[in-house]
Amino acid sequence: MASLKVYIISRLILSIPMIFILLTVVFVILRILPGDPVLAIVGMKASEEQIEKLREQLGLNKPLWAQYVDYVAGILRLDFGRSMIWGRRPVLREIMDRFPATLELSISAFIVSVFIGLTTGIASSVKSGKVDVALRIFSIVAYSLFIPLLGMLLQLIFGVYLRWLPVAGRKSPLVDIQTITGLYVLDSILTLNFRGLVTSIRYLILPSITLGVVLSGVYTRLVRSSMLDVLSRDFIRALKARGIPEAKILLKHALKNAFIPVLTMMGLQFAILLAGAVLTETTFSWPGMGTFLMERIEYRDYTTVQGTIVFYAILVSFVSLVVDTVYALIDPRIRY
Amino acid sequence: MLATTLVKIYKKRRIDFLLTVAGLAVVLSILFIALLAPYIAPYDPYVSVDEALLPPSPKHIMGTDNLGRDVYSRILYGSRTVIIVVLTSTLVSLVVGSTLGLISGYFGGKVDRALSIVMDSLYSFPGLILAIAVAAMLGPGILNTIVSISVVYIPTYFRMVRGQTLSVKNSLYVEAAVAMGASHKTILFQYIFPNVSVIIPVVFSMNVADAVLTEAGLSFLGLGVPAPIPDWGFDLKNGQRNLLAGYWWISTFPGIMIVLLALGFSLLGEGLNELLNPERR
Repeated sequence: MASLKVYIISRLILSIPMIFILLTVVFVILRILPGDPVLAIVGMKASEEQIEKLREQLGLNKPLWAQYVDYVAGILRLDFGRSMIWGRRPVLREIMDRFPATLELSISAFIVSVFIGLTTGIASSVKSGKVDVALRIFSIVAYSLFIPLLGMLLQLIFGVYLRWLPVAGRKSPLVDIQTITGLYVLDSILTLNFRGLVTSIRYLILPSITLGVVLSGVYTRLVRSSMLDVLSRDFIRALKARGIPEAKILLKHALKNAFIPVLTMMGLQFAILLAGAVLTETTFSWPGMGTFLMERIEYRDYTTVQGTIVFYAILVSFVSLVVDTVYALIDPRIRY
Repeated sequence: MLATTLVKIYKKRRIDFLLTVAGLAVVLSILFIALLAPYIAPYDPYVSVDEALLPPSPKHIMGTDNLGRDVYSRILYGSRTVIIVVLTSTLVSLVVGSTLGLISGYFGGKVDRALSIVMDSLYSFPGLILAIAVAAMLGPGILNTIVSISVVYIPTYFRMVRGQTLSVKNSLYVEAAVAMGASHKTILFQYIFPNVSVIIPVVFSMNVADAVLTEAGLSFLGLGVPAPIPDWGFDLKNGQRNLLAGYWWISTFPGIMIVLLALGFSLLGEGLNELLNPERR
């Protein structure tokens, strides 16, 4: 177990430069690229005085290095600054209001994508010929789907024509859910709120399917190739020779080994999931981080936009750390 | 000669061949549409030509949008926007990323380590969100959209070309060239690059597919090319407000075009990958 500890600690240390570089990249994009945030905020007609005042307020009148120091120091203290509109609330608190919605959508989309990916991937590795080809084409099509299009088609079919499911928002306005974690499904279960559970699941279905289907293509292909790889190994033949049922070999022995490459992909897939969530949230008016970011870009709430992007950067680094740790727990070969 | 090779490939790997051809056909037809848009579009895509929100009919085969513009004509012209933006930005990423990767991998040292860490971090960041940040700061405009998208794909080429360079660098023929006293320039461009470049078509094709979706995503979010210019992602967004009232045609047709173009390039990349690197399976 000592080696695992060493691995996790060294991985933790390694993620520090990564976060640092991402923070610097965000800084470069937001401060050094052409395009003056102050002018963008107040508009071209503002007086010199107004512009100067805002510049000072944002600390943009200081030299660039001092701005950078302020920026990094702020983030280290978990101080993302204050929003520039609506009561100037702390940016981090505003983000935390919206983050659970994105988390809930991401988790359930992830479940959908892994479910589709596993079933189609296994089917594709076992059956050859037409099924395999069809599933291969499915994975390419899924990867090429444009999230807003799929979302709108689902809205049209299940929302407008069949009237089965709601098309926008997170819950019915008629139902109250007491928030504990901010994940409505979980909160409803914790507070034994049956109506809350029903409404939050109903609102979650279409966005999760939209995002999940688009992400599943990668898993289909990954599971297929890693299953094919595992199935050709000697231990599988040995199991077959012993007369262990096909289904048991497939689901118990092969899948366990085939899952490792799938797990390594999850870190990168998470980044794709977050990007996809921005489009999914916008399509379904889902009140998460994606719609939040777009809203504040529109209002030119500069500090909040910066804070949200920094938050994304930290989130991505954190998840890749977690994925690597889980990976090390499952596969002892990775701990050196 | 070419024909016999193709027949041989077709016989050996029928499905990969068919997928590649299908992808190529889709891509070429959309390129063709983009080229001929002014000649085949029945109406001016910028102005109102009929009543608003007309359903598809012989007169307007894809209906009209909320401003009475012909959806079909806007789609034809929209192909130009997406193709110009996507091809230019991926070419920029290709040139910048490959050059950096080649130099970084070949010379190594501190610069290489620093560049690799920066590129790896960028690569791990969600592409669309990176593009959103850049586009939000630069403001609207075709050139700015191109910059935003190319930033996203530079790390892909960097990592790939650098990796290939590292593996080619230590091969015998490069050692021989060094022993003969060839200059860095000669070694880089006559010995290493030709061997690295074989993987570029596949990656480029896959990348364009992804860039099509990123471009459409940016436009859908209102951060792409500015308003009256016909653009599939923007038109899709524009139709969304009328979608729930049952006016499905304004959003659906541009959306299908986005998926078709992305799918065309994906199939092409996928097929090329299988045909060019069968040993990688």
